[in-house]
Amino acid sequence: MSESLTFHFDVDGEDFTSAGQASVQVKKNLRRLGISPEIIRQVSIAMYEGEINMVIHAGGGTADVIVSEDKIEIILADKGPGIADVNLAMQEGYSTATDQVRSLGFGAGMGLPNMKRYTDEMIIDSVVGEGTTIRMVVNL
Amino acid sequence: MYKHSVELDVMKCTGCTTCLRHCPTEAIRIRDGRAVINEDRCIDCGECIRVCPNNAKKAMCSKFEHYQDYKWKIALPAPSLYGQFDNLEDVDTVLQGLLDIGFDDVFEVAKAAEYVTEYTRLYLKTEGIKKPVISSACPVVVRLISLRYPYLRDNLMPILPPLEIAAKMARKKAKEEHPELNDEDIGLFFISPCPGKVSYIRNGFGDYKSEIDVVVSLKDIYFKLIGVMKKDNSPDIASETGMIGVGWASSGGESSAILNDDYLAADGIENVNKVLDAIENGNIPQLEFVELNACTGGCVGGVMTIENPFIARTRLHSVRRYLPVSVNRLPKDMHFIPDDILSYELPEYTPVTRLSKSFSESMRMMAQIQDIRATLPGIDCGACGSPTCKAFAEDIVRGQADISLCRVMNCSPKGETENDS
Repeated sequence: MSESLTFHFDVDGEDFTSAGQASVQVKKNLRRLGISPEIIRQVSIAMYEGEINMVIHAGGGTADVIVSEDKIEIILADKGPGIADVNLAMQEGYSTATDQVRSLGFGAGMGLPNMKRYTDEMIIDSVVGEGTTIRMVVNL
Repeated sequence: MYKHSVELDVMKCTGCTTCLRHCPTEAIRIRDGRAVINEDRCIDCGECIRVCPNNAKKAMCSKFEHYQDYKWKIALPAPSLYGQFDNLEDVDTVLQGLLDIGFDDVFEVAKAAEYVTEYTRLYLKTEGIKKPVISSACPVVVRLISLRYPYLRDNLMPILPPLEIAAKMARKKAKEEHPELNDEDIGLFFISPCPGKVSYIRNGFGDYKSEIDVVVSLKDIYFKLIGVMKKDNSPDIASETGMIGVGWASSGGESSAILNDDYLAADGIENVNKVLDAIENGNIPQLEFVELNACTGGCVGGVMTIENPFIARTRLHSVRRYLPVSVNRLPKDMHFIPDDILSYELPEYTPVTRLSKSFSESMRMMAQIQDIRATLPGIDCGACGSPTCKAFAEDIVRGQADISLCRVMNCSPKGETENDS
């Protein structure tokens, strides 16, 4: 069999209304692979939160979902402002989202904590002024 | 095998691809110039019937006149029936009409709906249930959840839909009033606005078998009724339904009746999918109750109705105007839901879109799909018989289509490739 399978998505930072679509697409693809509903839910929530973050904070980016025999890896990369204090950002309820974004119901400060909660592994690699790459793993 | 109720008239089908592009579960393909439905994927929403320009798709229903052998025929009209008539002042006129066309009695589904409303309020107070509670009244939504949202199965309200409770009550009433009748003498006829309910009745609900004997189309009954309904006749039969029961016919009626502001009502299959995705992702506000209707406007939008759903809704407003809020109430000291109206059985989760039972084989096939997809034109024209280029790539890998069917590539040798997953 092939070693791994990659689904690549460009997350459009200009169009807020389309945020969350990659997550739906990933869900469909994982169903085709016969992945269990619980795992699919974990991956799609982590993806969804990540996508929203990239749109709100970083003007978009890319999302790669790599499926292999024993795990699903999600790599979200953007060239946004970076996260100044990762520990602070990981706190539930902490958010730097603008009032405008909050008025849309986002920016509750649950994005990163949820991503961590629904994945088995999460590494944030962020440089202020250069961008952020988040690698998450859900074990199969 | 699940028995569907959407039927194709092959003589009328021109293979035009309209239904192909509208099917929300991508269950349709055009093969040899005719539409073919994948029965595992079809959720009986009736969208293809609605959009077919050639009227080649039909919902399979029984004809009232073919079932005259029952000694006691009871009509169970869906509340959406009341929204079909112009200037209807009194529901009683419709009920009398049903007697005049040959039914022996009428039992309103709207009456049972009022009980379901009462039970819903009770159920929402139950400790430890998964919120938001999702209405189980629309059978298309129930089937959609069982096929595609297995994680939300426990959110479905485990109470039988109004039509089923109406059937149980109608049978009981008939036997009480006419002790000489045997079970097989009684015919319960549901007057249905949609094919979804027809399928539900034919297949049951998990292990539960429907109590309805015959399903007739609302459209058929409508044309019989307009011949006999007269305003000046004083009806011998009186409606036993309030505003709440009649309100169930359109979207928002069921949920607003729970008397709790934390609810959401969505209608139209695309919106239903979006709401279910949002619930699954935890991306909705804290809600107590979610009402979902596959048809736009709710049951008045069913494909077996006559009137446009928005006009029907407005008509229902005037029908409801002078009705009491609710006529059917549970006793005040009733704090539990009786077992015989609970339904724990759900259709088994079937991963219908899974490529192969083997994970490694699925991975290999998915890689092939991606490769083929990258060579296709990406304009989703449907000329090959698959709804999108992506679906076409998948059909090829599944061995259900051949790449030579792509008309666009066969016209221009330099097919532009487009890169998306």
